Amino acid sequence: MTNQTRRDFIAGTSAAVLSSLATTKAYAAARGKIVIIGGGFGGVNCARTLRTLAPSLEVTLIEPNETFITCPFSNGVIAGLSEIASITHSYDNVKRAGINLVHDRVSAIDADKKQVRLAGGSSLPYDRLVISPGIDIKWKSVEGYDEAAAEILPHAWKAGAQTLLLRRQLEAMPDGGTFVMTIPANPFRCPPGPYERASLIAHYLKTKKPRSKMILLDGKDAFSKQPLFLEGWKQLYGDMLEWIPFGKAGSLLRVDPASKTVFTEFATQKGDVINVIPPQRANLIVDSAGLAGKGDWCNVNPATFESMVVPNIHIIGDAIVAGAMPKSGFSAGSQAKVCAAAIVALQSDESPSQPSFINTCYSLIAPDYGISVVDVFRIGPEGTIAAVQGAGGISPLNQNASFHAQEAEYARGWYASATAEMFG
Amino acid sequence: MKLSMQQSALPVFMSLAASLLISTQVYAAETSTPAVLAASCTGCHGPGGKSPGSMPSLAELDAKIIMSRMKEFRGGEVPATVMTRIAKGYSDAEIEALGQFFAKSK
Repeated sequence: MTNQTRRDFIAGTSAAVLSSLATTKAYAAARGKIVIIGGGFGGVNCARTLRTLAPSLEVTLIEPNETFITCPFSNGVIAGLSEIASITHSYDNVKRAGINLVHDRVSAIDADKKQVRLAGGSSLPYDRLVISPGIDIKWKSVEGYDEAAAEILPHAWKAGAQTLLLRRQLEAMPDGGTFVMTIPANPFRCPPGPYERASLIAHYLKTKKPRSKMILLDGKDAFSKQPLFLEGWKQLYGDMLEWIPFGKAGSLLRVDPASKTVFTEFATQKGDVINVIPPQRANLIVDSAGLAGKGDWCNVNPATFESMVVPNIHIIGDAIVAGAMPKSGFSAGSQAKVCAAAIVALQSDESPSQPSFINTCYSLIAPDYGISVVDVFRIGPEGTIAAVQGAGGISPLNQNASFHAQEAEYARGWYASATAEMFG
Repeated sequence: MKLSMQQSALPVFMSLAASLLISTQVYAAETSTPAVLAASCTGCHGPGGKSPGSMPSLAELDAKIIMSRMKEFRGGEVPATVMTRIAKGYSDAEIEALGQFFAKSK
């Protein structure tokens, strides 16, 4: 966009721009009922930011589970480095922050009546609804992979019982056994997650069962932080871990839980333990209001996160198309805060702030070997979220052990801060 | 797609096709408020810039220290793990706004 068009644009919307000058004042005028579905990185950050910015808003958070188990650091639980209690968080302080917490399931969203219906029978009216629902697995998109198959070939892509199931299977695997992981094509939750998991499982096997073998069957030819992972794997795990790209094995077509075998276009692979990370989509609750259209993900206005199809419904986190932002807990939190600030502005008849986002994502290749990718994001001239040029990127290659140890320590520091912001 | 800093503070435009879908057109302000800029920082540096773990706290720092540190990170004058990469995403004016914001969080 040229400066000329930009000036024209500003002149044409002077009222909106002028009113934004007032955005530094307190939002005492903000009124309304805000209902949030989903108590994860998006939903909790949104609720708490709303409470901080505008105590006059009534904020209700709907979350079926009594505690939240984070996907971040669940790979460490699978690899026996920590216990699930260390990634399990209570909602007590969310309630203490003045947020109405409703432990129930959403049965339907009635966008016309602006109501959320709960499985327990009651309905909650809203002025604005925020949905941070996460992902659902696309069951049966791979032949043979359904809920029953996942009890034998775990996905462990939602933290909890599946995390512990995969850990138990690894503990029971004999030394000299074969661990197989299948990885989907983009987009999916946590792009570097499969490779961090493979790294920490390799660390476990190298320590406890050094004759074992790992095979990763990938649905793509390139992946997040790839040069850093390959560098670390070569250094730490050598021939134990074999990554097979899409170009060699093709897509995953079928799984057979009975014989513990996976079938890709060009390969048949048996395993003692098989972790199927399956294709994903926005959580099915979004279909209740038609928010994903005929696709798998929801389109939103990136300044306010309001749905492109249904007004007064905002969607954040893994469930949306967020331009260049990856589907991560950090992204969801960053979007949640921008969404909350926009809602407060809109409920005060102000213009929302120009958004600004960060994603900082650490992965562990070993307990004392961390790597990272960071980016700063703004709205680009095409109206989508784009990374700021010249900033961001992955950790430098060829670093010494103390650099990697520092990044591992900061990974743990990020977790402490992020969970304190939500649950502290 | 990567953005240049010049492009990064523009108002939000929706494509024509998208704008037909939503009932109320919303335009964002031209600049980011200090609170929105700072909201991403606290994801690592903790609530209000107070870190409970190994991340440095920002709330204990002087505005001037935050500003000069950010500019040094941006210019690559002091080593860091991630901050050299992050600081390059912010203008002088934004760095000053962030410094003032966290100085008030003491």
